Amino acid sequence: MEFERLEAPYGRPSTSVDRVMLEVLLALVPATAAYTWFFGPGLILNMLVATLFCTGGEALLLSLRGKPVAAGLSDYTAVVTAVLLAFALPPLTPWWVTASGSLFAIVVAKHLYGGLGHNLFNPAMAGYVVILVSFPGEMAFWLAPGMGDIDYTHPTLLQTAGYTLTGSLPAGLAYDALARATPLDLMQSGLADMRTVAEVRALPLMGDFGGRGWEWIGNFIAIGGGWLLLRKVIRWQIPLGVILGLLVPATLMYLVDAGSHPSPGFHLFSGATLLCAFFIATDPVSAATSPAGRLVYGVGIGLIIYAVRRWGAYADGVAFAVLFMNMLVPLIDRYTQPRIVGHGSAAGDRAG
Amino acid sequence: MSAPTYDLGTLHGGLRLDAHKGASTRMPMQTMPIPERLVLPLDQHVGEAATPVVAAGDRVLRGQLIARQSGAIGAAVHASTSGTVVAIEPRPVARRHGDPAPCIVLESDGEDRAVEPAKTPGSPGETRPEQLAARILDGGIVGLGGAVFPTAAKLADARSAGLDTLILNGVECEPWISCDDTLMRERADAIVAGGRLLLEVLGIDTAYLAVESDKPEALDALADALGRSGDERFRLKQVPTIYPSGAEDQLVQLVANREVPSGGLPTDAGCLVQNVGTAAAVYDWIERGEPLISRITTVTGPGVANPMNVLVRLGTPVADVIAFAGGYTDAARHLVIGGSMTGKSMSTDRVPVVKGTNCILVLTEARSSGAVRACIRCGECAAVCPIRLLPQQLHWFAAADDESALREHGLLDCIECGCCDLVCPSHLPLTTTFRSAKARIRELEDEKARARRARRRFEARRERLAREEETLSADLDRQKRVAKSAGADAIAEIMRRKRRQDDD
Repeated sequence: MEFERLEAPYGRPSTSVDRVMLEVLLALVPATAAYTWFFGPGLILNMLVATLFCTGGEALLLSLRGKPVAAGLSDYTAVVTAVLLAFALPPLTPWWVTASGSLFAIVVAKHLYGGLGHNLFNPAMAGYVVILVSFPGEMAFWLAPGMGDIDYTHPTLLQTAGYTLTGSLPAGLAYDALARATPLDLMQSGLADMRTVAEVRALPLMGDFGGRGWEWIGNFIAIGGGWLLLRKVIRWQIPLGVILGLLVPATLMYLVDAGSHPSPGFHLFSGATLLCAFFIATDPVSAATSPAGRLVYGVGIGLIIYAVRRWGAYADGVAFAVLFMNMLVPLIDRYTQPRIVGHGSAAGDRAG
Repeated sequence: MSAPTYDLGTLHGGLRLDAHKGASTRMPMQTMPIPERLVLPLDQHVGEAATPVVAAGDRVLRGQLIARQSGAIGAAVHASTSGTVVAIEPRPVARRHGDPAPCIVLESDGEDRAVEPAKTPGSPGETRPEQLAARILDGGIVGLGGAVFPTAAKLADARSAGLDTLILNGVECEPWISCDDTLMRERADAIVAGGRLLLEVLGIDTAYLAVESDKPEALDALADALGRSGDERFRLKQVPTIYPSGAEDQLVQLVANREVPSGGLPTDAGCLVQNVGTAAAVYDWIERGEPLISRITTVTGPGVANPMNVLVRLGTPVADVIAFAGGYTDAARHLVIGGSMTGKSMSTDRVPVVKGTNCILVLTEARSSGAVRACIRCGECAAVCPIRLLPQQLHWFAAADDESALREHGLLDCIECGCCDLVCPSHLPLTTTFRSAKARIRELEDEKARARRARRRFEARRERLAREEETLSADLDRQKRVAKSAGADAIAEIMRRKRRQDDD
């Protein structure tokens, strides 16, 4: 009998890129639910808009580059980019802002660098930074969490959809009545006004560690991240690095002067710290790839986040930190190659 | 009776794979009848092919030498049964994936008469290690774990290297294969006896018997055999069921807690690793006078009707073994000699069972169903690499054909275990890529060596020509000087001679 020859090994891989991406999306479901609970349906609408433009941009660029469109879309990487970008946006964001970020992320940051696996920068963060500097007003339009005891009226689904489509608030809703600073904004401007951390933390929007609502969302992000760690979709080096890089300087400063430096808990549960640690910085394509390199990469991101929050003009620094460390990835990988078995001092050592 | 010990070194990465061994170990070992025709390749081992010492038409007996070892590294081939040599010609062989290579074709006479056993030395206690070593050379014994390195050459190297530890490898970590498990269950005493002979040849006192934790029957059988032998030099070690813990260097790391240096051999770490089957073959040859003419092979996989372990005479066609195991199932698609991680894929089942045929695996489906995508640098490959390489980087450098980066990142240390392939979410054929990148680097090395030789030749030639020219001009100068000093008469004489020559 004659046979077709193959190359070893003959087993099937137990996983696939599309499955990994679906697991990431699944891990974001608890955080999405919590976010929607506290801030209304805006996130979902933003996700829909971002997904439409990310996958549209992906399809367009794939076909322009002469690549199979259906196969390219079926890896769900464009959807993950869209969902992460949507998480970074205020609940009320006009569609063209979201679309601009989505298209920049996919067209420029991803495909102009060679597409899946070749992009130097994290697409979602690149897209986010572009709209952050291009639409500063829209990107500062944050809401207050729906907590019952806070005197605040949330826009309805219809009102949110209306704003998303037209960019103008319906009659009866004023910008000033809706817009609220984020906890990080409050802290930064409060400290700039020579208030103490305790004074800022006494504001009604502040919770046990970070902002009210926000810290709950943080818990649900951590649940999803923990599940990804258990499933080994992500490894521990980057999340731990990000958290250490942020919390070590935060703790030191807090211990030195708790009056003008918020607690490490505040840093951990405010802004995009946890989303970054588990979902953004862990994008494998744009992260360092050796185990030690990933720790270095994560620590670098954490440190830059701290520096931006403490000394920068922006309240949060996740996107800048990630993009800056993206640039250092080739260097980090070069100097963190693990010791190959059989090389170095341990090789041939009989004392063992 | 000695209990298995667990103190082990560490192995990076590796995979817990579905072993698929239960199907072939359900029934005890079967013995296959001798087929009418046996095909014995001259090249069943690492090193130079053996040289035939018989011709077509010769009658031979079982165990008779039919091809002698040639070269420093090589192994002899013996007749697997009695009969007539009908041809010495190229036939499909497993080492070439089913392409032909020179073989001795033997027609059995059905009598299976043995050659008069060569005089065996006395009991092991009186035998000098040199005599034993020389005798092992004549048995045609090679490493039976699959590497088929001639045992005598390995022992000679080990004796000169000065080592302290012998490791008998009964780990058998690759999925589907269970021939060593079968051997350990059925012939534990022969393994221990062979191990004692090897210790004697090596002149050392430390031996480990390493067996994977998923083989409790084999562990029990070996523990009993060690108890019977009363030999205190052996220790039974249970190693975790993680592929590739049975690869030579990895086993040294686990059992002796030593790293084999890059590009080196286990002997560089003071260890010699021998497969348990090799130990039993040494015993069979030294104590029973039977050279390596048969082996246990596992015939298994979803493409085989009755998976089993079977004792086969070397040279038996694989097609016959599969027929003996109930034949193919309807779903049979691929034939592999070896396991599912490192086995060789065959184009035909007309290849014979040879010394290294530990498993005949018939698979039903192609390797991968999902789409091949770009590498997303997830690093799962690095997490499972037992050598601690970064396959995701090597893959990148191989695509760019960046030889220096490939070397820096340890491509040549890759053992081609296949772990990275099995965890790659992009379904990249990493092992295949690395195999061809290694071949390419070796090719470049050859090219460079050839270029160096060519340059040396060219420079030597240029120097020689320059030298010749110098001598020539010096000669000419000398002649001119001589002519000048000789004066006008001499010149006239020379001119005359020249004219005469022209006239002729």
